[in-house]
Amino acid sequence: MLFYGTRLSSPLMLGTAQYPSPAILSSAVREADAGVITVSLRREAAGQRAGQAFWSLIRDLGVPVLPNTAGCHTVKEAVTTAHMAREVFETDWVKLEVIGESDTLQPDVFGLVEAARILCSEGFRVFPYTTEDLVVAERLLAAGCEVLMPWGAPIGSGKGLNNVFGLRALRAHFPDVPLVVDAGIGLPSHAAQALELGYDAVLINTAVAKAGDPVAMARAFRLAVEAGRLAYGADPMEARDMASPSTPLPGRPMLG
Amino acid sequence: MTAGPTILVRGAGVAGLVTAVTLAERGARVTLTESGSRVGSGASWMAGGMLAPWCEAEDAPPEVTEHSLASLSWWRAHVPGVESNGSLVLAPARDTAEITRFARRTSHFQEIGGEEIMRLEPDLGSRFSRALFFPGEGHLDPRKALPALAERLISLGGRLLTDEADAPAGVSFDRTVDCTGLRARETLKTLRGVRGEMILLRCQDVTLHRPVRMLHPRIPIYIVPRADHLFMVGATMVESENAGPMTLRSMSELLSAAWVLHPGFAEADIVEMGTGLRPSYPDNVPLVTQEKQTVYVNGMYRHGYLLSPWLAAQAADMIFG
Repeated sequence: MLFYGTRLSSPLMLGTAQYPSPAILSSAVREADAGVITVSLRREAAGQRAGQAFWSLIRDLGVPVLPNTAGCHTVKEAVTTAHMAREVFETDWVKLEVIGESDTLQPDVFGLVEAARILCSEGFRVFPYTTEDLVVAERLLAAGCEVLMPWGAPIGSGKGLNNVFGLRALRAHFPDVPLVVDAGIGLPSHAAQALELGYDAVLINTAVAKAGDPVAMARAFRLAVEAGRLAYGADPMEARDMASPSTPLPGRPMLG
Repeated sequence: MTAGPTILVRGAGVAGLVTAVTLAERGARVTLTESGSRVGSGASWMAGGMLAPWCEAEDAPPEVTEHSLASLSWWRAHVPGVESNGSLVLAPARDTAEITRFARRTSHFQEIGGEEIMRLEPDLGSRFSRALFFPGEGHLDPRKALPALAERLISLGGRLLTDEADAPAGVSFDRTVDCTGLRARETLKTLRGVRGEMILLRCQDVTLHRPVRMLHPRIPIYIVPRADHLFMVGATMVESENAGPMTLRSMSELLSAAWVLHPGFAEADIVEMGTGLRPSYPDNVPLVTQEKQTVYVNGMYRHGYLLSPWLAAQAADMIFG
């Protein structure tokens, strides 16, 4: 699957916040073999480009950068941050977050659609952080987005895929749209599950950054997405409900 | 007796002061210069002053803990007012999973319940039911410790020159030790600043005996009690080199944590809001390096008070061979 015409080298997108140090971040990115790294500008920026030292560390990692608008609560903030990201990282890619609730960090999908419309019309390639809601997804695509990033669970919760049914429905409705599970993944098994559902990528930050050994965890996620992707391509068996009546077994009376 | 070498130490933050005193104790004739108008005009003044080698193991590499074990006794031997009451790690009820995580990554603590918390910190009452107590840790007040070190330097025959950005004119030194933090980045290219914000509260209604860390998945915060009912609430960690005023968001985070710890803080006076930039290397671990005749002690990050004694000893070993 192409993300705005680009094939990612790996289905693992890695966030760059909250690591114990830039040195550990750098090793984790390498060990994860990340296809994309995301970076937040909002708080670091504080207007004066004061995050330059950290941003040049990020650029030096040599992995495509997807700047994000994390921490933005309004359309205006998100749009301004996207503009700044375009300048700082010389990319028109932006992971669009418009936060609607400050505790769960749930997206404000109304503001999201509005901000997506503005940014798409300005030529940005928007990666919207959204819920698994089908109707919102339709609106985002209509606004010009060509990628969707539904959450698995609230940001930083590590709860995994909370609504597998919803995520599967999204995949089924949009077979040709690149889909990324963003947020909520706590364990490599969650990431594998997302890929097994046919998702094109996962975005992970806290699960790696806050692990006791972020570098080892980065490797664990790399292996998990590889397993999940292979499994999806290998056409997994259907689970069987053994409690239902089945074909009669030779020598045994038919069940049910 | 032969006179010791003459040494210029530049920068009177925690690294420079500890290094200057260490060198003077080994017989060097030390001149300490400071570009600001008093000692500790950089990040050192904004620090919490926690001497918490075990707690730091939460997200610092093991060598930070290892090299900071002796620092509590170093500080006790050098400045008055160092407290050794341990430290307490708590979490709001919803985030007690953070205590489990913290416990897995640290050692030398006792896991305690509500009754024991109340015995250690009666003012916390019964609001917290689970905590980690690190009895071997301590804390100091940087704003008392740094001037005390300066006095000690002078009593050892050293000189302190403030408002002195460069080497004093017309005097030559055998060696120079550069402890100027971010000012040294022309030479130390990988240094970066990590913004930290802190608030100083004065509150008559609350008494604490030791630093309290409030864990939170996104906003971990600590409160360090000081004399005269002062409390230092810190500290944010932002990958930014903006040393400008505190943001509203950071202020709300710090103050909310204080309020959650004790509702009495609601009536506290906000005495000061401060911002500083922690000079940091990419691995966030300080380093002593040498270039030509200059020794650099830098990259203190969050560990200035913890690691300066160890770094100063290294610098002294380099100089005295």
